[in-house]
Amino acid sequence: MKIAVCMKQVPAVSEGNMDPETGVLLRAGLEAIVNVYDLSALEAALKIKDSRGASVHVFTMGPAKAENVLREAFAMGADEGWLICDKAFAGADVLATSYTLMQSIRAAGDYDLILCGKQTTDGDTAQVSGGLARWMNLPHVNWTTEIMDISDADMKVRYSMENRMVTASVSLPCLVSVEKDSFVPRMPSLKLKISGKKKEIHVLTMEDLEDKDKEHYGLSGSATRVRKIFPPPRTKQQEPVTLGGAGAAEYILSQLGHANLS
Amino acid sequence: MRKSNIGEWSGILVYVECRKGKVHPVGRELIGEAWRLAEELGAAVYAVAAGSGLDDISSQLTGCPLEKLYLYETDDEYTPIVYENIIAGCIEKLKPSIVLIGGTYEGRALAPRLAVAFESGLTADCTSLEIDTEGNLIQIRPAFGGNVMASIVTAHSRPQFATVRPGVMEPVFEESLREPVIVREMVNLTDERFKVLEVKETESGDSITEQNILVVAGRGVRKKEDLEMLRELSELLGGKLASSRALVEKGWMSPREQIGLSGNAVSPQYMITCGVSGTVQFMAGMKQTKNIIAINEDPSARIFEIAHYPVCGDLYGIVPELIERLKMQKGDDFTGI
Ligand SMILES: Cc1cc2nc3c(=O)[nH]c(=O)nc-3n(C[C@H](O)[C@H](O)[C@H](O)COP(=O)(O)OP(=O)(O)OC[C@H]3O[C@@H](n4cnc5c(N)ncnc54)[C@H](O)[C@@H]3O)c2cc1C
Ligand SMILES: Cc1cc2nc3c(=O)[nH]c(=O)nc-3n(C[C@H](O)[C@H](O)[C@H](O)COP(=O)(O)OP(=O)(O)OC[C@H]3O[C@@H](n4cnc5c(N)ncnc54)[C@H](O)[C@@H]3O)c2cc1C
Repeated sequence: MKIAVCMKQVPAVSEGNMDPETGVLLRAGLEAIVNVYDLSALEAALKIKDSRGASVHVFTMGPAKAENVLREAFAMGADEGWLICDKAFAGADVLATSYTLMQSIRAAGDYDLILCGKQTTDGDTAQVSGGLARWMNLPHVNWTTEIMDISDADMKVRYSMENRMVTASVSLPCLVSVEKDSFVPRMPSLKLKISGKKKEIHVLTMEDLEDKDKEHYGLSGSATRVRKIFPPPRTKQQEPVTLGGAGAAEYILSQLGHANLS
Repeated sequence: MRKSNIGEWSGILVYVECRKGKVHPVGRELIGEAWRLAEELGAAVYAVAAGSGLDDISSQLTGCPLEKLYLYETDDEYTPIVYENIIAGCIEKLKPSIVLIGGTYEGRALAPRLAVAFESGLTADCTSLEIDTEGNLIQIRPAFGGNVMASIVTAHSRPQFATVRPGVMEPVFEESLREPVIVREMVNLTDERFKVLEVKETESGDSITEQNILVVAGRGVRKKEDLEMLRELSELLGGKLASSRALVEKGWMSPREQIGLSGNAVSPQYMITCGVSGTVQFMAGMKQTKNIIAINEDPSARIFEIAHYPVCGDLYGIVPELIERLKMQKGDDFTGI
């Protein structure tokens, strides 16, 4: 069985990374980390590898330094790493990102299962995996909490929907996005980390893909444009009321009562 | 991206999610928003629903200013390929310029499939929508866990897909007398690749995402036992107790009760935070709350930047007083919220 896992490198955001005057995101100097949600996708793949044997390939699209994502994945137990890296891929939105991932996974081979994280911590759309499934013409299981009874032909999955848990039988190949807390990532192993350092990384550029039309990738292939980035509007900081226990309780009740009337 | 002949696409289509014959509340919220945008555009609003037992859908949408309502009778439980095909078929027929979808489990599964099917743009989890001078939809959404707001346009392809989380938009309130034209169809689509075996309802009405009022406990709560006092407050108000991640990490509260980036997004009418500092990750999950009352002893706590009613003080002094007063009121004719 061959499993593809999609993992993204994201900036380790903290506060103050945005210029409050211009609203420009100060990406420079930001530490880059693996999107935490994707570690759970990798864990789900490694669980299958542990139980029935599988070759786990990790795909990451990003700048050259996204190679670190692959090294980290090797240290957890991934077998192969694919770095999807080309200037032409930059600035991609959900549509273009999922298209590029589809082209890359196809160029790398046939996979029985594709695993994604639930969302990223930067773009945070949680929509790339659904788009990728559609480009690949595959069924997609969202919010997966359990992968059971996996065979070469199909598997049983459990996933969340609003107010309900659904169990379904899905045939392979298919795409699964996993819930973070259901697949707690294992610790990297020192031994694998060391051997992973020497592992060859497969680099995919546009030349390696079937579709070589530049217009389909990156910013030109994107349907959306970020027109403006700005700090979140804030309710003007009000001076907090300081009234002591009883006074504060009265104040809160009057606000609740007031709101209740409207 | 597929460049569209923009002029061929007009009107706004709302995906009305329904299950067991009941419309999800986000449907009326989206129609309300669609109507506001449609007036600006001089365009019509349409709605589409799929599922089984759709007889009462139109009556649940009375008062909504809809031009047409499309009802597709099919399996009630969402599966990706069947639902995509149905809704894509409707879009193909209608050619709407904008498609609004609820940011629910179902909506967020469906939206990217549709966007790719039409090779058009999708903006996820919009918190506000506007129309620009050229008639494009300006979609405003948070990113980086709420650190940044982005305004996004889909200028050259149609439809413009957007998802909006429940509780973000005002539900339609205008009572329209217009009776929509109802188009009903039976769909015989099955997907051999995806078979639903079992659907198990989790307790509904219980989740913190469905509450009108939440009391939220943060690290300012010193002992696990002290949570009982906050739970009592939430019950007196007819709501539930939720928490920041700090208390989930301590094992005092469950992840299902956690608000925030890695927990639940909530948008109750009222929230009282007790000893929560207001980190970005926390605020990413509660910004849409209508009335935020924040209790914190630190006058410079960040939670005060978004609180509508900031209260500086010791939660151990304030909460017992609140409980006492609520109990007294309950004795009179206080009916809860
Ligand atoms: C402020 C801001 C707002 C944005 N808003 C939008 C928007 O509304 N619509 C839009 O189309 N684009 C938007 N983008 C662009 C979007 O962030 C990028 O297109 C990004 O490539 C896609 O998604 P994501 O980070 O949201 O991934 P998600 O959809 O949240 O990711 C889901 C999963 O897909 C996989 N995945 C995603 N990206 C990669 C990758 N590069 N390599 C490997 N696997 C990956 C991972 O498994 C991940 O867990 C925005 C960008 C910014 C900076
Ligand atoms: C990737 C990532 C995801 C995360 N996701 C989430 C998430 O989903 N949700 C979340 O909540 N956090 C999340 N966090 C964690 C977050 O960074 C904080 O650790 C957490 O929000 C802090 O919770 P708090 O406000 O309760 O505690 P603190 O920040 O410790 O604040 C406690 C506050 O209580 C006040 N206080 C103390 N005593 C009293 C008193 N007697 N009366 C009144 N006030 C008092 C203090 O002044 C202080 O402001 C995430 C972090 C990361 C890195």
